[in-house]
Amino acid sequence: MAQNGRHLLQIEGLHPPEIASLLDLAESYVLLNRSGKTQRDLLRGRTLINLFFEDSTRTRTSFELAGKRLGADVINMAVSNSSVNKGETLLDTAATLNAMNCDLLVVRHAQSGAPNLLAQKVDAAVINAGDGTHEHPTQALLDALTIMRRRGRLEGLTVAICGDVLHSRVARSNIHLLTTMGSRVRVIGPPTLIPVDAERLGVEVFHDMREGLRDVDIVMALRLQRERMSSGLVPSAREFFRFYGLDAEKLAFAKPDALVMHPGPMNRGVEIDSAVADDPVRSVIKEQVEMGVAVRMAVLDTLARSNRR
Amino acid sequence: MPHTSPTDLLLTNVRLLDPASGLDQPGSLLVRDGHIVDLGTAIGRPDGVVTLDGDNAVLCPGLVDMRAELGEPGAEYRETIASAAQAAAAGGITTLAALPNTTPAIDDPALVRLLRARGEETGTLTILPYGAVTRGCHGTDLAELGLLREAGAVAFTDGSHAIASSRMMRLALSYARGFGARIVQHPEDPELAAGGAATQGELATRLGLPGIPTAAEAILVARDIALARLTGGAVHFAHVSTADALTLIRRAKADGMAVSCDTAPPYFDLNETAIGDFRTYAKLSPPLRPDADRRAVCEALADGTIDAVASDHQPRDADDKRLPFAQASAGGTGLVTLLAVTLAQVHGNGLPLAQAIGLMTYRPARLLGSDAGTLARGAVADLCLFHPERAWQVEAGALPGKAQNTPFDGRALEGRVIGTWKAGVRVFGG
Repeated sequence: MAQNGRHLLQIEGLHPPEIASLLDLAESYVLLNRSGKTQRDLLRGRTLINLFFEDSTRTRTSFELAGKRLGADVINMAVSNSSVNKGETLLDTAATLNAMNCDLLVVRHAQSGAPNLLAQKVDAAVINAGDGTHEHPTQALLDALTIMRRRGRLEGLTVAICGDVLHSRVARSNIHLLTTMGSRVRVIGPPTLIPVDAERLGVEVFHDMREGLRDVDIVMALRLQRERMSSGLVPSAREFFRFYGLDAEKLAFAKPDALVMHPGPMNRGVEIDSAVADDPVRSVIKEQVEMGVAVRMAVLDTLARSNRR
Repeated sequence: MPHTSPTDLLLTNVRLLDPASGLDQPGSLLVRDGHIVDLGTAIGRPDGVVTLDGDNAVLCPGLVDMRAELGEPGAEYRETIASAAQAAAAGGITTLAALPNTTPAIDDPALVRLLRARGEETGTLTILPYGAVTRGCHGTDLAELGLLREAGAVAFTDGSHAIASSRMMRLALSYARGFGARIVQHPEDPELAAGGAATQGELATRLGLPGIPTAAEAILVARDIALARLTGGAVHFAHVSTADALTLIRRAKADGMAVSCDTAPPYFDLNETAIGDFRTYAKLSPPLRPDADRRAVCEALADGTIDAVASDHQPRDADDKRLPFAQASAGGTGLVTLLAVTLAQVHGNGLPLAQAIGLMTYRPARLLGSDAGTLARGAVADLCLFHPERAWQVEAGALPGKAQNTPFDGRALEGRVIGTWKAGVRVFGG
């Protein structure tokens, strides 16, 4: 794997075979998980620390479950009871964790690049579980696995990523992964929520959602944080929903069998309408969560193998 | 208001002037069911048609005024929509873009619909509402531009309040671009202008009035051009009045940017000396300028840098103006005098008539995305018939409409509206 094979810090820079082999391995874990069997010997004796400087329920739980299913000793460190609140710097934390001989370090941090900094200072394999507005690589992998299982391929598909692209690490990781694997990617949102020079990432930019959704295979809605309204990037939730909320009327512009995805947690009635989110045929939002565990097992497995001491 | 049901009308013996199409020739124009059905030299006289001999006067599209403040809602003591419509008809204006800094501000889709409906109720005037850029025009929270646009807002502005914050202007330009809408700026740095009553310089110094430097305009124009370049948004500068600002706009246009501007008659017809002995009717915002700036505005009208001439109508009542100069409210009426004062540039300064009329018809209409302002076959018969040489004198107190605070009081003018038609119905003259 990239980043010298030791860590998973970002999707950008990964090569298609690396992504494909992770997805293949994850696929085998989906089958294993569904069969009810476990592989508790794979990471036996290994220590996985979930180091979350930002609140998270689903990602932390997903990593915890993935680690436990592979037999690792899993420790959760939340920011609220860590020494970070007592003034310790990120690098002091890293030194402390290093002294504990941690094998796998899963990090979420509000600052872009924090996992990269940690990776330089610890012996453990660092897995980025979301850093600022930079990347969220396991989310992109689980999204890709969800699509692969439904469509059998990524190449040639058109994927629309809708909403707050500017602040979304999910969007960035997905853009890198999908364009690397040969999908066509569109981003849709008001100009205030589309990053400057987005086109340079290899995507097409749309400000009219109907136009942007025309004939796409996959629609990904992104979470819109409340603070985007208070900071004035969007005037109101009702206006955002009117023009950029994924509802049946706008979804009708996509292909008739287009899949609906959302990284969660959802703001119903803001970026997505309940009728669309809960559509039993089109929505694969719950499936994404299931794929999350399998993808994280594959990532832990792969990194543990390449870091075997 | 003279209201008659639309009947067939033939205007004969007129000089047909339609700057949008380049038409300028003697002829006739036939109106049926409120629309122009034919125009030119070889028009027959259908049965039952009412004929009006134009006596060689100029027949042009009803004027489109892209900037006017209305007293409604909130300042009905200054002017109502009905009285503004009366003044507009007398000035040959059939379409008017209304500023949103009323009370309440036009920052809600329902208010946009209300203004459009109130215009239709007059039967004489189409009101094109501007939407507020920020809630309450307070400059802090972005208004619901998308919903306002859907309701019929033609562009966005905070009216006579400048959008002061660079961040807010950036957001507005960027966000409005997603809806294909223009941001109209009152180009005056509010911090430099705070407390000012006249343009900073010798005159203000002699009168002892707090001054506003002309740089206050250039600074905001320069900033907003940079922000338009950054965001790809479209910016329009209202009532531009200084040479420096016009130089910046001219250069931005040459660079191919989506930048446009208008000015108002006081800024090419009057200079700062009009405030004379503390005449508060000549207290405007932006303030009247030194003559060098006035001449620069005339040049920019001639060379096309300025896209439109707007009335910049701002009704005030006597009590708003009967105060010491610095305390008096700024603003002047302009609906009745828009055409004639602009024609002074034709008579005295060599501005071609068709170009002058274009600045008050199709050019502002296009900026606002309106199809008004042309004499095309099939177009709604909004018409203005005027005699370009007929002389009259502006007299505050005797103007049509309620507001009388004209900065042109006593000005002798050539060019008078003889008749105005809204959708084929005569709403002024006759």
